[in-house]
Amino acid sequence: MKILYGENDGSTVTFCLSGELDHHTAKKLRAEIDGEILLSRPAVVKLDFSDVTMMDSSGIGLILGRKQTAQSVGATVRVSGAVGEIGKIIRLSGLERLPGLTITEESEKR
Amino acid sequence: MKKAINELKLRLPAKSENEAVARALVCSFAATLDPTVGELADLRCAVSEAVTNVVVHAYRELKDSAAGRIYISVRLYDTREITVEITDTGCGIADVEKAREPFFTTGKEDERCGMGFLVMESYTDSLTVRSKPGRGTTVIMKKKLTP
Repeated sequence: MKILYGENDGSTVTFCLSGELDHHTAKKLRAEIDGEILLSRPAVVKLDFSDVTMMDSSGIGLILGRKQTAQSVGATVRVSGAVGEIGKIIRLSGLERLPGLTITEESEKR
Repeated sequence: MKKAINELKLRLPAKSENEAVARALVCSFAATLDPTVGELADLRCAVSEAVTNVVVHAYRELKDSAAGRIYISVRLYDTREITVEITDTGCGIADVEKAREPFFTTGKEDERCGMGFLVMESYTDSLTVRSKPGRGTTVIMKKKLTP
């Protein structure tokens, strides 16, 4: 599991995740993503899952946790690349019904 | 009468890095039945959830929870059915019914969202959970592949 930082324009910070996202890999990502959110205090946090090859419910926990961190600095979260099995588990979780969270199939990468 | 045509048994330390190992091994074994990409993805995710439950919860009372073991048994049947049995000898679940409720969790501080059993149930055809407090838990998942 790796994170690549996408375009950061001051108001947005983008994290492009890749690889397998499970309980083991999520543990390592939390602190890194939270550190960056608290440092750059953006208005929008973008989490891109288009290169995630496997995700279980640990990924849902990761999104919920980062939503909390984002909220603490007044930011909203945009989850992108929610297709295939990633989209399937997100739909099962009902995340899209939460305020302050946008879910899209599009990718942040171009 | 269905007949088992192949069997895999695994025993792994309950370490979080073995979550990936367990699901990869179970899936490469199940792949010999030629499942669809979607069926294999579902099985992979369900196994990941079951193994994660063992890693996170089963041995939390041990000083070194990685000293606990995860026992996995997979059977493939001539009816294109797969059964995956995941067992631990850990703390057990006092109230299985409660634990199976969607979004119920005792692992909030570890960012668990209480979806483990929900995923196992939704991604397979049947889920049985047997548990005895102080003795351990066995989760049995059955998945029937398309012909």
